[in-house]
Amino acid sequence: MEAIGIVLIKLAFVLVFVLSFGGILTWVERKQSAIMQDRIGANRASILGLRVIGLFHPLADAIKMFLKESFRPANAEKFIFTLAPAISVFFALVGFAVIPFGDKLVLGDTVVNLQLAPLNVGILYLFAVAGMAVYGVVLGAWASRNNYALLGGLRAAAQMISYEIALGVTIFGSIMVYQTVDLQEIVRWQGAYFWGWLPAWGVILQPLGFLLFLTVGIAETKRVPFDPPEGESEIIGYFLEYSGMGFGMYFLTDFIETVMIAAITVTLFFGGWQVPYLAPDGFHFPWGSELLCAQWVVALLQVLGFTLKIMFFLWLQMAIRWTLPRFRYDQVMRLGWKYILPISLANIVLTGAAILLIK
Amino acid sequence: MVSYFGNIYRALSTIAIGMGQTWKAMFRPAVTLQYPRERWELPVNARGILFMNADDCIGCNKCVRICPVDCIYLDAVKAAPDEDLGKASMGNPIRQHVIRFDIDMFKCCYCSDCTTVCPTECLYMTDEYENGVYSRDNGIYHFSKYSPEEAVALRLREKEEDERKAREKEAKLAAKQKAAEGKGKSAVGA
Repeated sequence: MEAIGIVLIKLAFVLVFVLSFGGILTWVERKQSAIMQDRIGANRASILGLRVIGLFHPLADAIKMFLKESFRPANAEKFIFTLAPAISVFFALVGFAVIPFGDKLVLGDTVVNLQLAPLNVGILYLFAVAGMAVYGVVLGAWASRNNYALLGGLRAAAQMISYEIALGVTIFGSIMVYQTVDLQEIVRWQGAYFWGWLPAWGVILQPLGFLLFLTVGIAETKRVPFDPPEGESEIIGYFLEYSGMGFGMYFLTDFIETVMIAAITVTLFFGGWQVPYLAPDGFHFPWGSELLCAQWVVALLQVLGFTLKIMFFLWLQMAIRWTLPRFRYDQVMRLGWKYILPISLANIVLTGAAILLIK
Repeated sequence: MVSYFGNIYRALSTIAIGMGQTWKAMFRPAVTLQYPRERWELPVNARGILFMNADDCIGCNKCVRICPVDCIYLDAVKAAPDEDLGKASMGNPIRQHVIRFDIDMFKCCYCSDCTTVCPTECLYMTDEYENGVYSRDNGIYHFSKYSPEEAVALRLREKEEDERKAREKEAKLAAKQKAAEGKGKSAVGA
């Protein structure tokens, strides 16, 4: 067991990491969509005339959300209506407890495991948490006593539970390869090299699994192109009756889930905190040269590498969100049940056959 | 079965095409203009708000008659016989006081016909296009150089003049009639 102080510091780090990513994503969404549509994008918010390419917009958003009235409809279920956004954010956040941000950090005598909760059933925990996330949505939709919100909630329940199944099945292939469900162990496994130079990242062993997982993951975040639950152009969706910070929390949940999907994708398929050729004592390049550095530098590089990989997948998810048109409800269901689920089952069979042949 | 895998292939290939398009778009420069601070340079023949140079208007009424939407309102008062209003910059003599020249820019269809017929070229279109106002009344532009009081005075003068002329005419007519009657009488008497 680690000292309580270290755990608290790690907790603060993870919270700040995730929430600042969630906040900055509101800026990234505006700015990237603008760049993709030949516009300039958010650049109006300024402090003392300082604009910093619109980076103050998340701050302005937060202030606006907090200062607005949190309106509650007269017939809403008071307690659950107030609680639902918090449930939503809570289950989006707790998933990060098992994400490994780096290997071990040695500071004198203390060894800090750069993972908030070293859990040996990491992936199962993640799925449990992701499965609970639907409660925040459905309860919020039901408690607001609004037909459109309820429609959105029903769609969210159907979509998230359908894709939950596909989410589990897409990962089986990876688990069969790694032979473990501990996320830290999975990342360590990916530190090996094929033929001495190619990093053994999951995407090389499980390309199909990666594609399917990314698709299902994006569907789980309930953002365009998988947005019938929100359906901003038709029914507004499950957060229809929310305003002020209640809406803000649902909004934040979307972005935190985006970060979550990026983090899981990186951990399972892109080597987590592994930086190519970085061993615990420094770089060992395949052409023989070495670059040794202190242990804390290695730990820092690992966290940095993990962050950069997450940023790439955030960018990719944003690019997908602003490229593809949204699905109709029946199309979402057809894609989930008739395409992704059978293909991921086939992926399991293929992976099993490959493992048998190689052994 | 074939259509199933065909669907998958089509989905993946079209996604690739779409992502390629957005990837290319990421390197194109933005076309947006930061509007209130930057503006497009307008072409030389741009049609904006109408402007009338009151010093040159001779009150010929041509613009009023050609306007397809009747958005120009013009009232003119004849100059007194001993008054010299000078000449317009094109040389046309000015013979009327243009006491009212209003253009309703909300009615205007920007056809630019009035500027074509204007003989002194005092009516033209500016490159001003930001004519949003808070009240419909503010959309009517007043161009006359006469103040309302002056206009009332001129109107009154014209009225008096007209009445005087009418009286003179009447007197003339009466005199004529009298003369004719006198002639008749004398004829009868003769």
